[in-house]
Amino acid sequence: MDVDWGWITDHLGALAERTGQHLYLAGIAVAIGFAISFLLAIAAIRRRVVYPPIAAVAGLVYTIPSLALFAALVSITGISIVTAEVPLILYTFVILIRNIVAGFDSVSPDVIEAADGMGYTRNQRLLRVELPLAIPLIVAGLRVASVSTIGLVTITGTLGDRFGGLGFFIFEGISRDFTTEMLFGAVPSILLALVIDLLFTRVQAAATPWTRRRAVLTPEGSEVPV
Amino acid sequence: MELRHVTKRYEAGAKGTPGAVNDLSLSVPAGKICVLVGPSGCGKTTTLKMVNRLIEPTSGDILIDGRAVLEEEVTTLRRRIGYVIQQTGLFPHLTIGDNVAVVPRLLGWPKERQRQRRDELLALVGLEPGAYRDRYPAQLSGGERQRVGVARALAADPPVMLMDEPFGAVDPIVRERLQNEFLRLQEELAKTILFVTHDIDEAIKMGDLVAVMQLGGMLAQFGPPDEILAHPASDFVARFVGADRALKRLSLNRVGELPLEPAVTVTPGDDTELARERVRSAPFPYLLVVDADRRPLGWLPADRIAAQGHIDPSLAISMSPLLDRETTLKDALSMMLDADVQTGIVVDRDGRVQGLLTVEAIGVALRPESNPAVLAPSAAAAAS
Repeated sequence: MDVDWGWITDHLGALAERTGQHLYLAGIAVAIGFAISFLLAIAAIRRRVVYPPIAAVAGLVYTIPSLALFAALVSITGISIVTAEVPLILYTFVILIRNIVAGFDSVSPDVIEAADGMGYTRNQRLLRVELPLAIPLIVAGLRVASVSTIGLVTITGTLGDRFGGLGFFIFEGISRDFTTEMLFGAVPSILLALVIDLLFTRVQAAATPWTRRRAVLTPEGSEVPV
Repeated sequence: MELRHVTKRYEAGAKGTPGAVNDLSLSVPAGKICVLVGPSGCGKTTTLKMVNRLIEPTSGDILIDGRAVLEEEVTTLRRRIGYVIQQTGLFPHLTIGDNVAVVPRLLGWPKERQRQRRDELLALVGLEPGAYRDRYPAQLSGGERQRVGVARALAADPPVMLMDEPFGAVDPIVRERLQNEFLRLQEELAKTILFVTHDIDEAIKMGDLVAVMQLGGMLAQFGPPDEILAHPASDFVARFVGADRALKRLSLNRVGELPLEPAVTVTPGDDTELARERVRSAPFPYLLVVDADRRPLGWLPADRIAAQGHIDPSLAISMSPLLDRETTLKDALSMMLDADVQTGIVVDRDGRVQGLLTVEAIGVALRPESNPAVLAPSAAAAAS
């Protein structure tokens, strides 16, 4: 297996452009997916009865094979960004909704009761107490959803040039039987997923300062890290 | 604070529900601590939570300062009631300083005033503001967290406080210290407090008034702790306060509350003639030798008073413990047993003799009949 380094150097500009497109397509999907998931999760938290049906539908959607869904949507919305984004968005639901609900569920009942007893209104409690405490699990959900969306975006490359990001190189490489171009799409998309994963790990640490610097005090008052 | 015929009913058979409350009436005078005590499931926490409406009563009225809590906007009500909960319920994502300033922030105080109040309160509960304000709850010990919980409840200077097992999650030594510190604080703050515990000793120690509750949310007895120990209204209360209730009363009463016997004294250099005359009128054959400032030097047995001459202080035997008016009867009795004597010498702050306390006097004081004020209700209860 020979890699054509000359071809690679010639296409670095295209690589940058495709990486940008990849992030754009994945970013829109995760952003919209998160917004919708958040609203559905809040609804599920406030009215527990709606959670099982929401979770069931999100789970069902997740089982539809992605290629089949793209193909089905082409007949409705044609070759458009909507066709590309709708499946990407739908696939984020199952991860995001479950994690957001789990995040809010992880807040200790003692803390909720203290918030009520202190005189927080319901919305104040949600925004200032429950949301910050749910962040670790919410960000964990975002992390998994982002990484899996980055993987899926390569498949939108089947819709054509304008979509697919790095997937474009993969599909073109396959059709031309040109290994260098296939790898030119595959390796950066894997790296992209790893970078995003790392980024979210950092974001989570920055957003939850109270989980760091954990130390217990001995009776004498000296700090012992645990 | 007044509770009038407050009742909370739950669906029968529902699992995990808090204890019900049945027709509970009691009032807490301003500036006093009323402790709700009883076995688990007796409805004491339910009662507490009905005051700040975390639980809505099925029927009855709760008044604070003459105003019905049910008619007030619920968040306004809660912000003017201090609330200390079991396991502290501190917000893990907020620093200690922000935890303390939660209610001032909700009330929209200016930032500078919030900061000032936060540091003032941390200092008040014995946590150095500079060392603690920027830490997170997970970095504190159990006892420190309990202090922060108390500081947070006091933040907006509420006249009324609800405390739900506030010292429950710490070891007995820390608990004892926190209790003492809180009682000292309360002397200055004079908050009206409803306090829940399952521990009868804590109830007796902390309460100006104690409400003993029994299963079914019924009030078994309501009164000052000494009255409950001396005259349990029912077998349930007697069992709940324990077989050692007489001993518990010892730690509740102080030397100064008992009538002291006068000390028959002599001063070194007094004429022995005078001494012999005095000892004849004394209740026992000893004279207490005191210095010119009436500080005790020791006992002089009648048979060692010289036939003539002057009192010689070197003959005085010092063996009685010195007590002050604040000494609990428990400590006083313990000191007397230790010294193997029947009498303690009660002195004032400057060490001057005030009188004598005998083991017999303690026994008399603990006899239920000795307190006619509380005799009547118990006699009525016994007759019924």
